[in-house]
Amino acid sequence: MTIAAVPRGGWLARIPARRHAVAWLVLLAAATGAHLGREALPGVAVYPESWIVPLRFWISDLMKWLVNDFDLGLFTFQEMTRSIAWLLEWPLRAAQSLFAEGFSRGIGRDAVEVVPRVPWIALIVLCALMGLSARGFGLAALVAGALLYLAVFGQWDSAMVTLASIVIAVPLGAGAGLLLGIAGFRSARVERLLAPVLDLMQTVPIFAYLVPVLFLFGFGPVAALIATVIYATPPMVRVTMLALHQVPAEIVEFGRMAGCSRRQLLWKVLVPSARPSLMVGINQVIMLSLNMVIIASMIGAGGLGYDVLTSLKRLRIGDGVEAGLAITLLAIALDRLSQAFADRPPPAHGAAAAPFFRRHPFLIAAVAVLAGGWLVGFVAPGVQDYPESLEVSTAHLWSDLIKWINVNFYDHLEAIKTWLLFNLLIPVKRFLTTVPWPAVIAAVAIAGHRLGGWRLAMLTGTLALFMAVTGNWEKSMITVYLCGVSVLIASCIGIPVGIWTAGNDRVHRVVQVVIDTLQTLPSFVYLIPVVMLFRVGDFSALIAVVAYAVAPAVRYTAHGLRQVPAQLIEAATAAGCTRRQTLWKVRLPIALPEIMLGINQTIMLALSMLVITALVGTRDLGQEVYIALTKADTGRGIVAGLCVAFIAIIADRLIRAWVQRRKREMGLD
Amino acid sequence: MSAEPQVRIAMSEPEPMLECEAVWKLFGDGAGRFLDRRSATVSLEELHAAGLIPAVRDATLWVREGEIFVIMGLSGSGKSTLVRCMSRLIEPTAGQILFNGEDLLAMPEKKLIELRRHKMGMVFQHFALLPHLNVLGNVAFPLEVQGMARAERERRALEVIELVGLGGRERYYPRELSGGQQQRVGIARSLAVEPWIWFLDEPFSALDPLIRREMQDEFMRLQSMLRKTIVFITHDFDEAIRLADRIAIMKDGAIIQIGTPEDLVTRPANGYVADFTREIPRAKVLSVRAVMSAPAESTAGEVRADARVQEVAIAVTAEDTPFAVLDEHGAVVGSLGREDVLPVLVGLEKPPSDSARHVSMSPGPR
Repeated sequence: MTIAAVPRGGWLARIPARRHAVAWLVLLAAATGAHLGREALPGVAVYPESWIVPLRFWISDLMKWLVNDFDLGLFTFQEMTRSIAWLLEWPLRAAQSLFAEGFSRGIGRDAVEVVPRVPWIALIVLCALMGLSARGFGLAALVAGALLYLAVFGQWDSAMVTLASIVIAVPLGAGAGLLLGIAGFRSARVERLLAPVLDLMQTVPIFAYLVPVLFLFGFGPVAALIATVIYATPPMVRVTMLALHQVPAEIVEFGRMAGCSRRQLLWKVLVPSARPSLMVGINQVIMLSLNMVIIASMIGAGGLGYDVLTSLKRLRIGDGVEAGLAITLLAIALDRLSQAFADRPPPAHGAAAAPFFRRHPFLIAAVAVLAGGWLVGFVAPGVQDYPESLEVSTAHLWSDLIKWINVNFYDHLEAIKTWLLFNLLIPVKRFLTTVPWPAVIAAVAIAGHRLGGWRLAMLTGTLALFMAVTGNWEKSMITVYLCGVSVLIASCIGIPVGIWTAGNDRVHRVVQVVIDTLQTLPSFVYLIPVVMLFRVGDFSALIAVVAYAVAPAVRYTAHGLRQVPAQLIEAATAAGCTRRQTLWKVRLPIALPEIMLGINQTIMLALSMLVITALVGTRDLGQEVYIALTKADTGRGIVAGLCVAFIAIIADRLIRAWVQRRKREMGLD
Repeated sequence: MSAEPQVRIAMSEPEPMLECEAVWKLFGDGAGRFLDRRSATVSLEELHAAGLIPAVRDATLWVREGEIFVIMGLSGSGKSTLVRCMSRLIEPTAGQILFNGEDLLAMPEKKLIELRRHKMGMVFQHFALLPHLNVLGNVAFPLEVQGMARAERERRALEVIELVGLGGRERYYPRELSGGQQQRVGIARSLAVEPWIWFLDEPFSALDPLIRREMQDEFMRLQSMLRKTIVFITHDFDEAIRLADRIAIMKDGAIIQIGTPEDLVTRPANGYVADFTREIPRAKVLSVRAVMSAPAESTAGEVRADARVQEVAIAVTAEDTPFAVLDEHGAVVGSLGREDVLPVLVGLEKPPSDSARHVSMSPGPR
């Protein structure tokens, strides 16, 4: 009897510890019950129409009121937006003239070109010189090669329009980010205020930015520029705050002891000391600007993005691939160049003592090339503009290649697609769209409570509830389904590759280059081959999302495994573990928190890509935002955008809470 | 706590450069209110119970003009916080700090900045050089902040760079220099404004032992030329003994004892101080005055009362007759013989017994 009593007593005693298990069981039972009784309880199965809060209409009304009636006293809101647009138009126009159109006097047919644009040869040599001064010959060749592609394959004009937008957007974004970051660094209150705004801005999908910008600033390059700057600023704010906080305390103390005023401390001590980290931020601003400038072609940015968009719409395969390649090369060139400038070591002694022309050979050469190019351009048109007769088009080649693949492999591709659709996509989708909404919200809240206590439970529960209350429940679930499946596949690919690269230096180098490049590409580019091969639909979206989001899974897995202390691996080997045992019993468990952070990043990227895949016909929140964009329906776009952001925030907070707890348990904090 | 001798010394020396009176620094919420409520002595336990982290507790000290005042303590003893309170890099929770007679804590921001620009210099443990400026730029930086014209500040900076032995390296960047060289830059930079008071926060702790030794010598050379008023922080008791005119020993945020190296060795305030001094070679620290005997009839020569035993030991032990000990006015105050010196040399704590003396003296090589 006593023997039987002990375990029973033990089980009873353990109930408090198992409260969560009980909670999960109750939830499961309730959900099943609700599911079975869905006929009787329609409000549980589907969120009732009548309960929907018309938030999107309120927002739309607010925006209309802002534009039509809001008066700031000295001027109206609309006057303000107009003057902002007017202010931005000048530098943008100047940059467009400089790179793309040339400066001219007069309008329309009467226009006379006064100064031509930068000659293509001069620009290529200029960028090569930048590469040479920042890193060396290899980078110079890469940059020159990429730009040469643009000229030879007839992408020059569009690329220059895109480049002009970036040239204006980057200083604005970096400058605004720097100033906001400094404000956040100086005042804890501002930092607290900024943190949630930044979180939201970095998780709200790209399209959602476009809707209000389109509404306030209209269709055109200036609106696109504004959207680009808004999109590219948040990471710079974050990097600035982090970089300034990371300046060693002693350096700050030295500055104060030297008697610096607040301004001197900031501009003479803090910012210069943080320069290397700040340069990383500028690299990010450049890449995000490029990404956004491409997408902002939807609200009139023009350039390469517009080319891709039109060829996607008209299914002109070859043109799309060509423009996509141009974007890719431009992205790689800009990324490598700005990274090289960020990594450039500070000057060494002796340099400062030399005369000016010795110290700045590249600057002198660049000025010479530019001036020379312009002068020669007046006489020799081939120097000014790349001769059209020498342009090569590969559009047919690409068209034929895709056609050939489609003709020869149609059955195979179709078989894969169908198998995945029926065995994975459709069941998951059906499950997620039929689970009663209160059960999902409760599950999210319980998970939050279990991982991070009541505050997290409140946060995750409320955010999930928002999706139901604003009437976006079904679309949100489709988003969750697409995102979930993509992340699953991306993990299944990324984690093994990460494990492989962690153990092999040569593979590591190769894979590093590949995923670096994958992460450099603007998200738009991913759609092109996918649509060509798989046409529209969930499956195409899935492939694009996986390709875009796989990089962090690889990177974090490799990083996590490489971080496992060598001592532990030695200890495992000494204990007689085989390589497999070492991997499964030592390295993976220790690297797991890091791997989960990678999955977290994968989720974030997947969500941001998912919204863009609305272009290839998914029926999720992305489509909602896209429709809002085409109708300039701000309320609808913002609410759907917020839903996407909230899915991202829920996933992010839950995963981070888990990682933190796990790290604490393992004493890795 | 032995603030007693401190008071006496301060009275006899008229002008302290820096005075700290009952300085407290507590970290945590409501620290100020907590101290206001209980102005009397507060124990460590009470502080912990209130959720406060004590960094400096009731520190009182004077730093006299021209002296090297060393604050010695292990990590976490509050020495770095205390020196930062002295320059108001850290705002003390309570207490009073007078710099050259002026109330430092009541000083408005503007005046404090002026004070730091012209009268204070500080050297940091990890050098704290600005990575984007070369040696010249770093050394000239405090002058630049003052608003001095470029030509003038660079001329002045070059002088100081020369002074610390880095002449010819003024165009080098910090990352191109060794640790010792970097700290020379840090020293030059802090001296460029000709400060009245010179704070050095563990300046040599991040250096290799050999370089550390070299830098200590260099520091003493500079000080013999410049005669600055110095507050020197270290966790290394050997270093403290080597450099200090006076030492304050800190533990758990409180000052345990203040005194000359000799005071600490001969009259440690408690076991904690005694533990530090135990390994210190007595001959380096003790003065002749501390070990001399009564004046003798016949003498072999003369030694000064304030000389260290180490400096005279070889001469004294070579002679059978003792030496006469003279004070600063040249009057004979005692005698120093072999039997006074040898116990110090072999590291005996107390005056040796007869048998010990016998053993220590017997096989003297001739």
